[in-house]
Amino acid sequence: MDQDRIRNFSIIAHIDHGKSTLADRILEVTGAVTGRDMRAQVLDSMDLERERGITIKAQAVRVHWKGYELNLIDTPGHVDFTYEVSRSLQACEGALLVVDAAQGVEAQTVANAYLAIENNLELLPVVNKIDLPQADPEGVAEEIAELVGDTRDHALRVSAKTGQGVEEVLDAVIERISPPKGDADGPARALVFDSSYDQYRGVVAFVRVVDGSFRAGEPVLAMAQGTRFEAEEVGFFSPTMEPADTLSAGEVGYLITGLKDVARLRVGETLTSQSNPASEPLPGYRDVKPMVFAGLFPTDSDDYPELRDALERLKLNDASLSYEPETSQALGFGFRSGFLGLLHMEIVRERLEREFDLDLLVTAPTVAYRVETPTGELVEVHNPADMPDDRERVEEPYVRASIIVPKDGVGQVMELATERRGRFDHMEYLSPERVLLLYELPLGEIVFDFYDQLKSRTRGYASFDYDYAGFREGDLVRLDVLVGGEPVDALSLVLHREAAYSRGRLLVDRLREEIPRQMFDVPVQAAIGSRIIARETIKAKRKDVLAKCYGGDITRKRKLLDRQKRGKKRMKQVGAVEVPQEAFLAVLNLDEGSKK
Amino acid sequence: MSGARHLYVHLPFCASRCGYCDFVTVVGRDGRHGEYVDALIAELELERGVLAERLETVFLGGGTPTLTEAGALRRLLRALPDSEELTVEANPETVTPDLASLLAAEGVTRVSLGAQSFQPQLLETLERRASPDVVRRAFYHLRDANFDNISLDLIYGIPGQSASDLQRDIGEALTLAPEHLSWYELEAKPGTRFTHVHGAELARQVEEMEEYFERVVDAMTGAGYRWYETANFCLAPGRDGGRDLRSRHNLGYWLGRDYLGLGIGAVSTVGALRWRNTPRLGAYLEALANGQRPLRDVEGLPAAVKREERVMLGLRLDEGLPLADATDAIDLRALDRLVAADLARVSPANGAPPALVLTGRGRRLGDGVTAELLS
Repeated sequence: MDQDRIRNFSIIAHIDHGKSTLADRILEVTGAVTGRDMRAQVLDSMDLERERGITIKAQAVRVHWKGYELNLIDTPGHVDFTYEVSRSLQACEGALLVVDAAQGVEAQTVANAYLAIENNLELLPVVNKIDLPQADPEGVAEEIAELVGDTRDHALRVSAKTGQGVEEVLDAVIERISPPKGDADGPARALVFDSSYDQYRGVVAFVRVVDGSFRAGEPVLAMAQGTRFEAEEVGFFSPTMEPADTLSAGEVGYLITGLKDVARLRVGETLTSQSNPASEPLPGYRDVKPMVFAGLFPTDSDDYPELRDALERLKLNDASLSYEPETSQALGFGFRSGFLGLLHMEIVRERLEREFDLDLLVTAPTVAYRVETPTGELVEVHNPADMPDDRERVEEPYVRASIIVPKDGVGQVMELATERRGRFDHMEYLSPERVLLLYELPLGEIVFDFYDQLKSRTRGYASFDYDYAGFREGDLVRLDVLVGGEPVDALSLVLHREAAYSRGRLLVDRLREEIPRQMFDVPVQAAIGSRIIARETIKAKRKDVLAKCYGGDITRKRKLLDRQKRGKKRMKQVGAVEVPQEAFLAVLNLDEGSKK
Repeated sequence: MSGARHLYVHLPFCASRCGYCDFVTVVGRDGRHGEYVDALIAELELERGVLAERLETVFLGGGTPTLTEAGALRRLLRALPDSEELTVEANPETVTPDLASLLAAEGVTRVSLGAQSFQPQLLETLERRASPDVVRRAFYHLRDANFDNISLDLIYGIPGQSASDLQRDIGEALTLAPEHLSWYELEAKPGTRFTHVHGAELARQVEEMEEYFERVVDAMTGAGYRWYETANFCLAPGRDGGRDLRSRHNLGYWLGRDYLGLGIGAVSTVGALRWRNTPRLGAYLEALANGQRPLRDVEGLPAAVKREERVMLGLRLDEGLPLADATDAIDLRALDRLVAADLARVSPANGAPPALVLTGRGRRLGDGVTAELLS
């Protein structure tokens, strides 16, 4: 197809502002699916996404409208997948910026709108859900105009639910978004903006062809990673897979690679032809590194092989998930796993528990720290227990956080951000009622209960999003917890020196409540290096023996003993101290506990 | 096997049921004492083969054995085989000069008196019928009948019992100078009326109670009593002309000997079998009236279980148990840990085989220590 008659666009929106419904309606209006085939929200294929109202994996669908080929590229909807969002946006020339007419602009809208602007996309503001009784299309259009520096008359008014205004959206896509401008005759180049793994056909790459064309059977090279493969099939989604002879400049579709590992074809790659390779890859490839880490341990140590198999299977489809074996003295065998962010971690955890029926203990999430040792060596630390005692300096990742809050919540948010070592950057009124605050915050503070605190202090009204802003030096310490003089590796934390005292006190108090008394005094301590900053003692039991034991009592006594022995087996051993698993759970869920 | 040398006879009748009690008891039915004694004698005849030629001990427990109508009680005592120690449990309010003479005349060598406490309000909480004076009077009636081996049963951990209450009970008990004392922590069994009424108070005082055990042990040993079993104390031999005043009958249990139990709910252990008679009076009487054994619950005791019980029970004794009897059952690394923590020791062999013995603290934590050794 002639590039002039192609339009590539995506939809960006906050959760629940109606992105998926609008996408479904577009498929229906253009005849890509008939009402009878219509399964609500066709694009979200995973149950989990459906339930959480978010989209994890981007997909692309080709539709036709008034003689034009429109490719709708669905973007993941959360901050953890910012890089994937940016690659999806790079595959487009324009985007619909969908905002709920009753809710208004949210933090995620802001973050994604900025991403789109950075990618030079034409933004089409769409005010959705105008059929709602509490809708305020004019006010919301004003908010969007304020955000993107446009006039409010440019915003389209639609109800994806009733279909009102959807055809006008399609017309606007054709009129206002520019066509692709690649070199149709040059060496082939295509951007991989997503991929998925099919158990029979291997890795399926979702691509936007920029220059030249790709045909089935052609040997292909991934320029950044050097991966080579043959394109077993090329085609597009309509919305089911439709094989095609070629994918040419400006088009969006898929390429079946036969590769067995998604990690060999990362998002952001440039594909080219092996026989006539391009000289330069497309800009913007990054090797995304996990930023948030946690230890995953099976509650029943017999489940370790199942956990390993489950992680292997998840990784097939999720190149950003990383893990390596971890042995904890207290929790046994598990995996130290890396995630793009907290949501990514939650999704992985839920899938492990739900799809693989595993019962997990998850340690407190931590971030990647960069440590310079006295010898000048630089190490990256993903596990607080690995934080070297001797260090010249430590750097921690920072984020740029955008927080939108009703004007009467500004004080609360500022207080929280300050407590969490935030640096105020910018504040503006999006409307007379709602305020956008920009802060720079250490990611380590965000993974630590920040979002829950934000929600509870603003009674649920704040919305929040962030983007990585690089590493900075911090006055960070490793806080160790010792039970009976033995460090409990799974409970070590890295945190700011000033926060260490109250956190140490909290951990020690909670453990004292949770660890049953033993046959000897058990000191519970929190320490920074060799300095104890909090201490409690679990006093020894003074009596643990059944008073009476005569002829008629022996069997009962033996059964009690058996129960006591079974109880001991369920305990985790920290030195000589028996610690029930529930104690670790209670400490690891400290923040959840304190909210109740 | 030469047969069981220890015989237990259960007499279930009580004037009323104490709230904390979970023994097999029968309230009232005065008319059936004679019938029940007939049944006991019939059961004894049926089980004669299980018993050794000569018995070491016979123990009449309850219930309230001394509530049994005098004629029936006398008939039972006369029908029992001879033994070296014949103990009868008695409730203070049933001990009259006549009863004391009857017991003495029929060869009873030892009386275990259920005093429980000397504080009126605590006896009331326990729903005991005797007042402190009645308890003391009973003791002297027994002394007057020349009993020189009297044991007192006492309870601590009674709801509302203060540390000074306990101190007073200890003092009162020692004033009577009994040969033997058993001190039990009150066990509130789930589902009993007592637990229903006092459960909250008991839960509240759990931590203080832990200390009470220590106080009791310290007071008894300080007064010259030997803490020979977790809950049992006897006058040390040096204090009583060299007599060994431990309960020989109960030692039989703790040493893992065979014993035969007669009567409703009574438990027997013989070789690799343990059985418990039906607790139902009617069914028991009917079976024996027809010359049949009563219904029983039978439990097999494999060698490994017997070894484990041997350790479990032996560790309750101040003498411990021969190390050789324990090595097959215990985790020797756990033993090292316990020795290091001063909870257990292996006693040096003064000619005798080395014994596995718990220290004082180890004995107070006996259940935990045993679980550790047997894990």
